[in-house]
Order: sequence, then C-alpha cells, then structure tokens
Amino acid sequence: MIHSLFLINSAGDIFLEKHWKSVVSRSVCDYFFEAQEKAVDVENVPPVIPTPHHYLISIYQDKIFFVAVIQTEVPPLFVIEFLHRVVEMFRDYFGECSEAAIKENVVTVYELLEEMLDNGFPLATESNILKELIRPPTILRSVVNSITGSSNVGETLPTGQLSIIPWRRAEVKYTNNEAYFDVVEEIDAILDKSGSTVFAEIQGVIDASIKLSGMPDLTLSFMNPRLLDDVSFHPCVRFKRWESERVLSFIPPDGNFRLMDYQVSSQNLVAIPVYVNHNINFKESGSSGRFDVTVGLKQNMGKSVEGVIMTVHMPKVVLNMNLTPTQGTYTYDPVTKILTWDIGKINPQKVPNLKGVICLQSGAPKPEENPNLNIQFRIQQLAVSGIKVNRLDMFGEKYKPFKGVKYVTKAGKFQVRT
Amino acid sequence: MRKAEAMSASSAYNDEKGASSNIGEPEYGHDPASGGIFSSDYKRHDDLKEMLDSNKDSLKLEAMKRIVAMIARGKNASDLFPAVVKNVACKNIEVKKLVYVYLVRYAEEQQDLALLSISTFQRGLKDPNQLIRASALRVLSSIRVTIIIPIMMLAIKEAASDMSPYVRKTAAHAIPKLYSLDPDQKDQLIEVIEKLLADKTTLVAGSVVMAFEEVCPERIDLIHKNYRKLCNLLIDVEEWGQVVIINMLTRYARTQFLNPNHNESLLEESAEKEFYGSDEEEKEEKDEKEEAAALAKRKPYVMDPDHRLLLRNTKPLLQSRNAAVVMAVAQLYFHLAPKAEVGVIAKAQVRLMRSHSEVQYVVLQNVATMSIKRRGMFEPYLKSFYIRSTDPTQIKVLKLEVLTNLANETNISIILREFQTYIKSMDKDFVAASIQAIGRCATNIGEVRDTCLNGLVQLLSNRDELVVAESVVVIKKLLQMQPAQHSDIIKHMAKLTDSIQVPMARASILWLIGEYCEHVPKIAPDVLRKMAKSFTNEEDIVKLQIINLAAKLYLTNSKQTKLLTQYVLNLAKYDQNYDIRDRARFIRQLIVPTEKSGVLSKYAKKLFLALKPAPVFESPFKDRDHFQLGSLSHLLNAKATGYQELPAWPDMAPDPSVRNVEVKEAVPEWTKCSSREKRKEKVEKPFYSDSEGGSGPTESADSESELELESEGGSGSEEGGSGSGSEESDEGSESEKEKKKKPEKIKVRKTLPESAESEQSGEEEKSVRKRKERNANSESSSEEEEESSSESSSSESESEEESESEPETKKKKKKISLSKLAPKEPKKEVSLLDLDDFIPTPSPQVTPVNNIVSNSLATDLQGLSLTDSALSPTMISPSFSSVKTYELLHRITGEGLAVEYCFSRQPCSLDPHMVAVQIQFSNNTDTEAKSLRIQEPKLMSGMRMQEFPEIEVLAPGETVTVIMGIDFCDSTQAANFQLCTQTRKFYVSIQPPVGELMMPAFMSESEFKKEQGHLMGMNEISEKLTLGEKCQSDHAIVQRVTSTANLSRVPCGSDREYRFAAKTVTSGSLVLVTVVTKEGMAAQLTVNCEKMVIGTMLVKDILQALSQ
Repeated sequence: MIHSLFLINSAGDIFLEKHWKSVVSRSVCDYFFEAQEKAVDVENVPPVIPTPHHYLISIYQDKIFFVAVIQTEVPPLFVIEFLHRVVEMFRDYFGECSEAAIKENVVTVYELLEEMLDNGFPLATESNILKELIRPPTILRSVVNSITGSSNVGETLPTGQLSIIPWRRAEVKYTNNEAYFDVVEEIDAILDKSGSTVFAEIQGVIDASIKLSGMPDLTLSFMNPRLLDDVSFHPCVRFKRWESERVLSFIPPDGNFRLMDYQVSSQNLVAIPVYVNHNINFKESGSSGRFDVTVGLKQNMGKSVEGVIMTVHMPKVVLNMNLTPTQGTYTYDPVTKILTWDIGKINPQKVPNLKGVICLQSGAPKPEENPNLNIQFRIQQLAVSGIKVNRLDMFGEKYKPFKGVKYVTKAGKFQVRT
Repeated sequence: MRKAEAMSASSAYNDEKGASSNIGEPEYGHDPASGGIFSSDYKRHDDLKEMLDSNKDSLKLEAMKRIVAMIARGKNASDLFPAVVKNVACKNIEVKKLVYVYLVRYAEEQQDLALLSISTFQRGLKDPNQLIRASALRVLSSIRVTIIIPIMMLAIKEAASDMSPYVRKTAAHAIPKLYSLDPDQKDQLIEVIEKLLADKTTLVAGSVVMAFEEVCPERIDLIHKNYRKLCNLLIDVEEWGQVVIINMLTRYARTQFLNPNHNESLLEESAEKEFYGSDEEEKEEKDEKEEAAALAKRKPYVMDPDHRLLLRNTKPLLQSRNAAVVMAVAQLYFHLAPKAEVGVIAKAQVRLMRSHSEVQYVVLQNVATMSIKRRGMFEPYLKSFYIRSTDPTQIKVLKLEVLTNLANETNISIILREFQTYIKSMDKDFVAASIQAIGRCATNIGEVRDTCLNGLVQLLSNRDELVVAESVVVIKKLLQMQPAQHSDIIKHMAKLTDSIQVPMARASILWLIGEYCEHVPKIAPDVLRKMAKSFTNEEDIVKLQIINLAAKLYLTNSKQTKLLTQYVLNLAKYDQNYDIRDRARFIRQLIVPTEKSGVLSKYAKKLFLALKPAPVFESPFKDRDHFQLGSLSHLLNAKATGYQELPAWPDMAPDPSVRNVEVKEAVPEWTKCSSREKRKEKVEKPFYSDSEGGSGPTESADSESELELESEGGSGSEEGGSGSGSEESDEGSESEKEKKKKPEKIKVRKTLPESAESEQSGEEEKSVRKRKERNANSESSSEEEEESSSESSSSESESEEESESEPETKKKKKKISLSKLAPKEPKKEVSLLDLDDFIPTPSPQVTPVNNIVSNSLATDLQGLSLTDSALSPTMISPSFSSVKTYELLHRITGEGLAVEYCFSRQPCSLDPHMVAVQIQFSNNTDTEAKSLRIQEPKLMSGMRMQEFPEIEVLAPGETVTVIMGIDFCDSTQAANFQLCTQTRKFYVSIQPPVGELMMPAFMSESEFKKEQGHLMGMNEISEKLTLGEKCQSDHAIVQRVTSTANLSRVPCGSDREYRFAAKTVTSGSLVLVTVVTKEGMAAQLTVNCEKMVIGTMLVKDILQALSQ
C-alpha cells in the first residue's frame, strides 16, 4: 500500500521523509516537481502522478505537499483520505499543521506516522487511540520531561486498540461533564447577473465537543429530521437507529469530533440572506473603469449578518483601484489582483457600498468579462435550513451533564456572477 | 536540492563523503564494511554514541531523538547502528520505540548487525502481554533481513493461532511483509491466510483480506466459506479494512453470480429488433426466430441470496465519513447491482464532491465514467456540477466533462446557458475546454446543432485568439457533418485567415476550404494566393495544409490555380522540414501528370476528394469502466502494477453451495436473537483476552510440536461439520460410557460456583475436584486423540492458576459437546459453532459500564441481522393469574371491535407443532360485526398458521372466543396478518413471549439429570439472582416460573432446588430449568436448552419474574 511519505514545503524542499517498507530514494520527487512546474498553480497539481516505477499521490494542505509513494494498485481515495487523516492528526496534536510545527515536533511526528501505518496499511488512525500511545506535547509536559527525562510515549498499553469502540478511551474522568454541539450550516450558491439563484444548496455539519466521564450513551434527536436529505456519520453513530427512528444514537469519542455531515434536501428553497447590486464596467477607450457594488440584507431573519467579506479576482489588466467604502475597509493587491472588502456587520438601515475607479494598464484591450464576486458572511444563532435539535439524552451514566447546542450559518462557496 | 542539503550537513562530512554524495546515492547506498566511513564518521557522532552508551535513560532518549530527527530529514545515520542496536532491550518505552524505528529503517543495510536484535523480539513474542507480543512481531516482520525468514515464518504461524485477536491482526499484517521479502514462502503463507480468513473477529478481517489481496488474490476459492461471514462483519470492521474487503468482494461477486442486468440488455436488444423489424418486413420472419432464441435464452433472473446479502450489507456504508469507503461501495453497486438500484450511489458521490479538492478530483473522474453508462443516475444532481470561477482548472475540466455527459434533449438548454457563462471566464484553458464541450453537445444532440454552430461562429469574433482558434477547430468538425448548408460560415472563416494567427486554427480553416472548395469556388483560389504569399512564414502544420489545399484546388479548378500550386510545391520542396519536403514530392507525383507518373495519379481525385466520415466527439472516459472504478488504474486509464482485472460475469452461475456454511433459515434467527449475547461478549473481550494473555505463556512456552498439535486440535473441532460423519459412529459406541460418567460431571460443575462464592475451598476439596475433572477430561478425550493433547495441556496449566483455566476448560468442553451435537443436527451445527468464539459464559460480574454498552450496542448490532425487524424479547410482567391476555386490537382503533388474545397453553388440536392462541372478540358497537376472518398472513419463512373458522356474525355486546394455531418455528418473531370484518381491515400481529413457545414435558428426576448432562457447555446458561420480596415461598417461585413459561415441574429430592421441564413446540427440543435457592435472597437460575436463543431469552424472562 503506502510505501513512503515525503513532506515538501512551498520552496520545494523535502523536509521530512518516512518509509514503511524499503527505502525509496527521494529523487522520485523530481517527477512531482516536474508536474508542479507544469501545473503553474499549486491547486492544479494532479493528485495522482504516474512515474516509471512508482505512483505519487499527493495532497496540498497548509502550504505543504504530502506526497505518498505507491508501488501497486490501491484505490487513490484510500491514500488521499489517509493523508488527510494525517493532516488532521497533526493539527490535533500541534494545533496547526505548519512546516515549523512539524519540524519542531519531528520525533512525535515520526512516532505518530509509525503507529498510523504498518507496512503501509493503516493501523491506528483514531485520535483517541493515538493519544493513549503518544501523548500530545504541551508546554508543561515538555518542561517536566526535560527535567525528569520521562517521555511522551504512553506508559500504559493502548487497550482502546482492542476494544470494539476503538474511538473512545477507557476510563475517562471529568469533574465537569459537558456535551456541546455546534450546528454549522453553509450556503453554497451561484447567483447570476440579475441576482436570481442559479444554484443553491445548504450543507451542514454537527461538530461535537464532548467531555463526559465513563461510557455515556447519547441520543440526539431533531425536531425536523426530515429536512436532512443526505447524511454521513462518524463511525460511532448507529446507522440502524438512524434508519428506523431518525435519531443519532452513539457512544461518543472523547473530545472534539465531527458527528455528522448533512445536506438539506434540495426541494426546499434556500433563503439567500444577502443581495448584491453591482455595476462594474470597463471603458472601451481610455484605461479606466467604474466599480460600484452594494451588499445588502435580503431577508430579515431577525438576526444580524456579520463578518461579511467580499473578495474579487480582478482581471490581469487592472493595475489599481481607487475606491471609497461607506463601511468597512478594502484592500487591493496589485500582484495577485485580489480585491478584498471587509464589511463587517451589515446594518439594515445603512446599506454598505463600495464605489470608485478602476485603473487599467494603458494600451491593453479592455477585459471581456466582469469578475465574479465571492461573498462570505456569518449569521449567529441561526440554522438557515430550520433544523433544530430537539433533545439530548444520556444513558449509561448517572451524573447530569451540561448540554448545549449552538447554531451558525455561514456562506460556503457563495459566488455572484456579474 | 538534495545536494544542497547534503552540503549543509557537510560541515562535518569529510571529503570522501562529499564526493560520494555527488555520485547520487549518498544516503542509502553505504556499505558499512567498506572502511573509511567508520573512522571518519566516528568523530562526528561521537557524542551521540557516548550518550547511547550512558546509563541514563534521559541521555539515551535525547540521543535517539536526535538520530530519528536525522532519519526524518533523510540524512544517513547508519554508522550508528551498533551503538543503537545495543539499546533494543532498553526498559524505557520511548527509547525502545525509537530504537525500533531506527532498526526498521537500517536493518536491511546492516543485516549482520541486525541479527543481534532478533533474540529480543523472539523473547517479546512469548510475552504474556498481547500488546508486547504484537509489537515484537510487528518489528520482527518489518526487518527486511533474509536470514531470519524461517524465524519470521514460524512467528507468523504461531501468532496466527494466538488467543488475542490483536496479535492475529498483527500476524495478518506480517504476511505481505514476508511475502515481499521471499515470494517462495507463498504456499505456506496461503495456509496461514486461509486460517486467518476463518477468523471471526472484526479486528482481523480487514487485515487478512489485505494480506490475501497482496499474496494470493487469484485464490478466490478461499473466500467461499468466509463470504457470508465477511458480508455480515463488514459494518463493524474498521474503515480501511472495509475498503479492502469491499473491493475484494466486488471481484468475488463477479466470478460467482450472474449479471443482474443481463435480461435487461437482452430486452433492449429485442426491443430494438422489433423496431427495425417493423420497417423492413422481409426480415420479419428472421427476426421472429431470433427473438424466440433470445427469449429462450432469457430465463427469469433470480438474484442469488448471497449477491443480495452483499448489496444489502454494503449499502449503509454509503453513509461513511470516509470517502474511500463510500467510493468502494459506489463502485460495488456500479459493477454489481441491478440497474434499478444503482441510483442510490449518486447522492453519496455528489456529497463526496464537497470534500477536499483531491477527493473531488478522484470522485469526478469516476462520476465521469459512470455518467456515460448511467446518465439518468446523476441527472437530478446536474446543478451540483456547475462550475465556480474559484474551482481549480483540473476540477473545472472534469465537471465540464460530466455536464457534457449528462446533456440530453431536455436539459440541453440549461446546460448551454451555463456554458455561455463559462466561455467568458478568465481561465483560458477552461474556455477552450468549454468550447469543445459545446461541440460535443452539438454533435450528440441534433436539435441544438445549429444553435451551437451559430454561437460558435459568434465566438470567432472574440478578442482572445485562443478562444477563436478553439472555435475554429470545433466548427470545422461540426461542419463536416453537413457542409452544404453552411457555405456562408466557410466564407466567414476564410476571411479569418487574415487575422487569426493560431496555427491549429489556420490549419483547420485551410483544410475546410480545401475540403469544401466546391461550395466556395470563388474564394478558395484567393485564399491559396494569400497563403502562397506567406508560405515561408507559416508553421509546419499550416504549411502542410497549404499544400493540401493547393492539391485539392489543382484537381478541381486547375485553370485558376495551376501556377499557384506549382509555386507552393516549389517552395515546399526546399523547406527545412523533411515532412513538408516529402509531402510536396509525393503530391507533385500524384497530381501533376508526367510520363513517368504511375497508375496512382489516375485516382488522385478519388484520393484527395473522397468523402470523409464526420469525426466523432468521444468522451475520454468512454469505456473506462472496464477498469474497476475507484481504482488507480481507472484514474490513470492504464493498468497499474498489481491491478486485478474485474472478471466478466459468468454465463452460468457457479455452484452457490460452496458458500454454505450454515443453513439460511438458521441465519436470521440466530443473528437476531443472539445479538445481545454477542455484544456483551465483545465488550468483555479485552477483559478476557487479558486473562488469555495470562495463560498464554504456559502454552507458548511449550515445545513447538505441542503447539502445532493443539492448533490442529482446535481446527479439528472448528471444522466439526466436515468430520461429523466419522464422529457419529464414535459416538454410538461411546454413548454408554458417557451415560455413566455424565452425572459425575454435573456434580463437578455444580460445586464450582459455590466454592467460588464462599472462597473457602480447602486444598483437599480442590484436589478432589481436580481429579474428578481430570477424569472427565480424560473421558472425553478418548473420543479424539488430538483433543486429548490439548486438554491435558490445559489441565496442566490448571495447576498453576485454577481460576483462570476454568473458563478455558469449560470452553474446551463446550467444543466437545458441540461436535457431539453435530451429527444430530447438522443444519444448526455450524451456526452453533460460530458461537464458540463468543461463548458468553454469562457472568453476573459484568461491570455496569459494560452492561450499558452491551444494551445499547445491541441495537446497532442489528446491522448484522438479516432481517430488519427489531429484536423482540417481549417483557411479561409476572402475574399471578395463570393466563395473561394481550391486546390484539384496541376498542378504539377497531372501531368498537375489541380483540384480545392469550396463549391458552392447551395442546393445539389442529396441529401438535403449533402454539394454540385463544382469541376473544367482543363487539362493543351497536351494530353487528360480520364475517370476521384472517387475511394475508405475512409470516417469516417456515412459520405456519392455522386460521380460525370465519365468524359470520357477532352481535352487538356479544363476545366470541376462537382458537387458532400458529407455528412460530421456535422463534419469537411476530406473526403478522390482517383481521378483516366485512367493512374494515386491521393489521395486527401476534408476538409470543418465549415462554409460550414450549409445552410441558414430564420426566423423572433421573431423566432430568441425564438430559441435563447432554445439554452442558454452550447449551447451558446460568445466572445468579436475588429473589424478589414476595417471592420467597416455594409456592411463589413455582408459580412465577410456570406463569412465565409453559413448564412442568419435575420432582426433586432437594428442597432448595426447583426443576422444570418443557419441550419447544415446533422442534421438540428440551428446555430444562433449574432454580437453586441459597442463603438469604440469593438464587441461581440455570437453563439448559439446545436452542441457545430460546435459552437466553428464557433466562431473562424468568430472571425478571423471580426478582420482582
């Protein structure tokens, strides 16, 4: 299966290598660099690159390429999914997955990789098991370790690996027992020139942060489970119960995890909370253009829309932009040609507007098309689909936990065509 | 860059090292023996070596950390090998682990030195702790040193029969490692794989299938026996194992089952034939014959239940969070499911597209292939493939591909509108791809061809040259389909030659004009004139087309173009490019007649102006589905090393009985009802296996030969089914002996719990018991010699740890009793054997935590069950009335008709194998209820029902009682049926409490003991309980037990013991219940029953009745 792994930074340096079978020379990465050069953009590097003797399967996360070397047939998604798990694990352990963090914790990284694969086949990928085997580094522990010479390899044997609920540690104890759920929904939409919806859908996730002692068995039910069209679950969720009763019944992992992903059935009309009026044009003669964009609230849902940011990839010929916002601040990066307008919270009375002049490269033909506007926003305390958690019941433990549910709606890939 | 790194480190490297790094393989290729390196590097790693040699763990750890950091950066640390390997037995776990990391990395290069470490691992293999055994095996098998192959082989074999599933899993992982080291071991390894495939734990399943795929994917025959088990375990296997198993099962199913879509494809064919047939009447007769033949071929397709099992058990995994699992299920459905069912995978695939862009890329590739074959599947999700300007180009192009595949007459207008916006994108590569997509839509859908063509012509005036060029190329292809109608477009394009510079586009225009010069007779020579002028400055492909154009014009219109052609050909003759020179010579010979010109020139016109077939726009994903979807080979569209071809469906289904390990009827019952026990057992496993680990060393310390024997013995009893024939005869001869010894055995067993409780078992008693037990052991061992060796070995271990060996011997006995049972009930036998891995030995000391898990998990274990209806242990609240009535139809739902039923406990007069159910109708309305009867009983297979005679009239206020009989097949499945009156139908169901599935059996005390002796081991379930307050008197106990279940009391000498007996109604299996009261409120309940499911449920019910 997975033969070797190389981590490559944006400068093209291989800063970590790990082999699970016999050693593969790092020169194999030359094929990757070749492909990278050809692709120009990092995002266009093909995830699978065949070379004469190996296949390279890579992912790009946090400015690092994770390049896995494969020798024989293996489902590409298997490798890609695994590499993403590695990234998640690094984030879980070190708080971030940067080159600096990996270099700093290189021994822990190596120990992790050693446990995650055996002979290239995944062995332990559950965060709860790994944390029993290898304790995440903390400042306190590293100080203690350096004094006492003790290690961050767990002394106890990972019994979780043997259990049928491998995702949960045994003997969890908390003084404050809490179970919090975040229902986060994202609106993916494409609006056309006139503002009508070409495509819109709502997808959501339920992230859980569970700190409960013992072996709690939780049941989460919804007021309106019918809204959920397509779902995927953490392995802890009992699928049969979902099928028959539409409740989520599970013994949770300890700590933070994603309980479920869902999509709201497409029949429901998606309420688009904002509208965008735009007037962008480039003059035929002369090297300038006009830019006038207004972002406003469309439906008043009784909640304020905040964190509104608009980003625009301007055409290459745009040299600079001279604009005045009525609210928030804007920046234009003449190198990447990205205009960012940070609006903040939209006030229903005062509609934010950004207006001004576009300076074009003189002599160049005017751009043929107007750039698309990408919008981000956030609405607290609202799940736009209307999904509501009804109740959370706990069985199997006697204490009374604190429970809480938070709703947030965000813009996903929200694009306005102009 | 590697060089750079080597340089940066080279401050300490000596010259020699630097030199070798220039050669190319500096880090890895070192031969440790080739002097120099040692001496020079000695200085460099001096400090590290010192630290490693020190006594302080912290220093060692620090040194190892630095070394591992070196390895991680790809630097060579091989010269430290001797210093590091010394620490392999270090006490500090982290040091040890880092040494392992080092060892695995460098052992291959330093084989001799690596041997020093082997003994440590060999010791580790015998460690009582399963995790240490596993990790020793893991490192041992990862060291790629050929000398130790025999040791590895031995270790793997040993570990494959380890008690701990975790060690067995590690053994499975080790198999491919050894195989890659020495492929000659294949045969032996296959044996181990075969053994591990029979393993019933989810922990092992994924790993062993992975080993199977790497070592012997062609040995599909090994899967037969394990197929159903794998299907059933699948949902509980860890995600990575699921992927491997699903992919393997896809291949398996392709070889074993029939194509579920076979008939449909035949139908389609014949439908087409009919269609054509009506056009051409002469052919009709022939067609009819063909059709008849096709019909004959078309047998009614019935899906193999195993095929169905696979589809059903994989479907829930579409909801996995792991994209690889979802894709694996999707490809399984695509390759194996009937057309009508494939649709379910579309939604999951669309969901995957919201994941990371790499996942999106792979999924889109697969969707592209699927959407060609099954377009309808993705049509509802058309909009999910719309393209955003922020998508990476490679994703955009793939989405475009899918959109094009999905286009049809109904949605083409929406798609074209979408394409229109894409054409304006800033990403020019993407625009080019969009134009090609439009071209493909235009060729595929005739209705929009003109619209598309017009649209593309408009693009010709686009400012971007790339766009124009791409349009020209596409238009050229489109025009070829119907050139006559589009001479004005050709004219328009001719004008473009002045402005357009992209060679491919120019070449296309020239080719078009040449090809259709008859449609533009005036313009063509003029274009040639212009081209002749600029010939020398053109690109090669354009030059070739100019020559072509000249040749064609010369042939059609030689008067005007003769000189021009000569001129062009002369220019070409001296061109730098030999292709062009060649072409020029060749064409001159063909078209310009000379004396020497051969026969060919006569045909010049035919050669050049032949009608060319219009090009077909083909998706690059067409026919890619001959690769298994989701595979690397599919993605690359080329066979990757190690790819296993997806076999074609067989014409005739191979014998399905090869998969028979259990009879189908037994399956649902067993999996359902036992799920509770199973769960409990599973949870307890870590707990068990610890104690197993404890007793491990005594076994593994034994000589190998003994071990082998034992494993043989184990497998012997596991495969009881095959050996049952011979055993039967054995049994006959031995039955007498057994009879004598059996009571003794029982005594032994009975004394056990007591002594465990009171804890006052003196040495004497112990030894007596032991002797007795040994007797029992040796007795049973006379049946099978191999068995005896295992027995004796276990009884040896007894002397060390009494309490631990107890369950083990018990287990062994259970096995024996099982194999004895085998001949009696060959059908059941295997499913019984399945249990032996999870014998619950229901211990009351299960920790509360575990209990909870078991209860709650019981529900999701239903994933394993084959039927969807829920687990159904109906609770009976113990009542003192002898007969409890249940409501079948409430007065209100029944619109005034109330129906109650009770189990009358009378032998059913209609059929002795049926449970008599007394049904009482009462009419609470003020009108007559007419013709009350039963309709459409829906029963599980094997169940039967004897309906009561129709009640013609039920007067208001009146009550009528009837008896009906139901054969529940000894299961608590509900019997569902409709209760009809003249006007209404009510869906009702009768679900029997387990206690009603039996009828009293009368026997003497000695008979009871004898029968109980037969039903030991797995068939015995005992539970401790505390009697309820109101349940102290003899009378109350008997009353409660008999009201819970239809049992008869068996006389008994002791006044603290109560015995009851019954037979199940359908199969007549004995059910024996013993209640022993003890000091205070304590009591012990024992149920012996061949049907463990019934036994388990009965224990539960009686327990509840007694403790309330």
